[in-house]
Amino acid sequence: MKTKNIMYWVFIAPVLAALLIVVVVPFIWGIYYSLTEWSGDMAQTPVFTGFDNYKSLMSDPTFLSALWFTFKYAIVTVIIINVVGFSLALIVTSYIKSKNLLRTIFFMPNLIGGLILGFIWQFIFTNIFNALGELMGVEMLQGWLATPATGFWGLVILHVWQMAGYIMIIYIAYLQSIPDELLEAADMDGASYFQKLKNVVMPLVAPAFTVSMFLTLSGAFKIYDQNLSLTGGGPGGTTKMIAMDIVDTAFAMNTMGLAQAKAVIFFIIVAILSLTQVYYNKKKEVEL
Amino acid sequence: MKKKKTTGRIVLEIVGILLALLWLSPFYIMLVNAFKTKREMFENTLAPPQEPIFANFVQAFQELDFLRTFFNSFLITSLSIVCIVFFSAMAAYALSRNKSKVSGLIFFLFVASMLIPFQSVMIPLVKIFSELQSLNKWGLIFMYIGFGSGLSLFLYHGALKNIPLSLDEAAKIDGATKWQTFWHVIFPLLRPIGVTVAILNVIWIWNDFLLPSLVLGQGDETIPLKLFLFFGQYTKQWTLALAGLTISIIPVIIGYFIAQRHIIKGVSDGAVK
Repeated sequence: MKTKNIMYWVFIAPVLAALLIVVVVPFIWGIYYSLTEWSGDMAQTPVFTGFDNYKSLMSDPTFLSALWFTFKYAIVTVIIINVVGFSLALIVTSYIKSKNLLRTIFFMPNLIGGLILGFIWQFIFTNIFNALGELMGVEMLQGWLATPATGFWGLVILHVWQMAGYIMIIYIAYLQSIPDELLEAADMDGASYFQKLKNVVMPLVAPAFTVSMFLTLSGAFKIYDQNLSLTGGGPGGTTKMIAMDIVDTAFAMNTMGLAQAKAVIFFIIVAILSLTQVYYNKKKEVEL
Repeated sequence: MKKKKTTGRIVLEIVGILLALLWLSPFYIMLVNAFKTKREMFENTLAPPQEPIFANFVQAFQELDFLRTFFNSFLITSLSIVCIVFFSAMAAYALSRNKSKVSGLIFFLFVASMLIPFQSVMIPLVKIFSELQSLNKWGLIFMYIGFGSGLSLFLYHGALKNIPLSLDEAAKIDGATKWQTFWHVIFPLLRPIGVTVAILNVIWIWNDFLLPSLVLGQGDETIPLKLFLFFGQYTKQWTLALAGLTISIIPVIIGYFIAQRHIIKGVSDGAVK
């Protein structure tokens, strides 16, 4: 009995130790830090200030603007990524010859880090778009990333290009589980392609929509690398998202307590989103 | 009827290929301009280079200290993955076969850790590791085990439900210890999900930037970190910068074409679970 217990802990210990030291302890400690004023200087002790950080965040323009920007960004990207991802999935699950090659290509950007992708697109927006704009005389294409609006859409384009292939993979998994008999039966009844799509395919892939909507939603909230390398938060901090704002508050401005308070609020937002996802998924499962 | 279907198919095929070209165009643009001189790049950004030059690649390769940087990335990623794949499987096995309150609590802790965004633990994490004198690649590997264990354990735990207990019992009757049962009977059966676990973790660890930037010192840089520093130095030398990006992407593309099927299947399994 005793040896059995020891073995139990031997099996669990390595990852449990890592989890406790890397996630659990810092998480709890972080809540304490959010109630202090601290510059991050190791020699200095954090000074307990209660909820002061949280109070000052309520009227902190950088934080509120980052939060608002992130919300807008999340809503727009969730919709576009899912529409594009679903369309790509429909194309590569139809009986076309190049479907395997196309899957490989659409998924490719996901394997490359967001930092690298952001640099590539920075080049495209600042040089290629400029050149195209001059060539075709379209003023709109010039000076991308130099205004808050073009910075926003630049980030959206980059993110859609990167994530649509990932979401496509999820939709493919669900599309392939639709029984052929159902589609054949619809064919027999003389249903058009769009009728089949609306009445047979869409209802059956509804769970996939739930999964990928919330994956893209929490993904949009956590985005950092792309933000850093594409716009760097510029011009004038107008495209800075919440994750980047936290990192800057911590390591560029050395206001650790304030940064940690932002991080706690960030956690609460992401947790609510993720738990809503679990809730909806469970509800869907029950209905099925 | 049949004819209509063929036309539809051809249209879809063409739309698909056009989209694929659009998807590839950023890589094309990166690649062609990496072979140009600065002047040629400005005069003609879209066309292939008239006379490809390799000087950008040579310089970027040296500036990135690419062999060393690649080795750092490789070492950190592979050690982290090996530990995650083995240790998460072990823990998932113990938790799934011993259904106690403690097991339930520990499992909950791992699953709940997936909710926590990195920024929420970042500051205390750096402080703890700096006090432990572990802000280096070994500390980083340990951190990756902690951050990677939640999803990995969850996936293994799900797969273990489908491995019948009778196998454990049969092994026990044959006189195997828990340790032997796990390594000789259970772990080989977990191989498919192990591949998924490995792939999902490789993708984020190989590409991770923020954590290495907080932890690693000079000489230990991974590819994304070194690339970031490289960019800061050569902000406006785009041809050189693009050559650096190309060099950094090549290993990933090679890996993708070798393990394509596994990668797409792994991502699909990981997401749908």
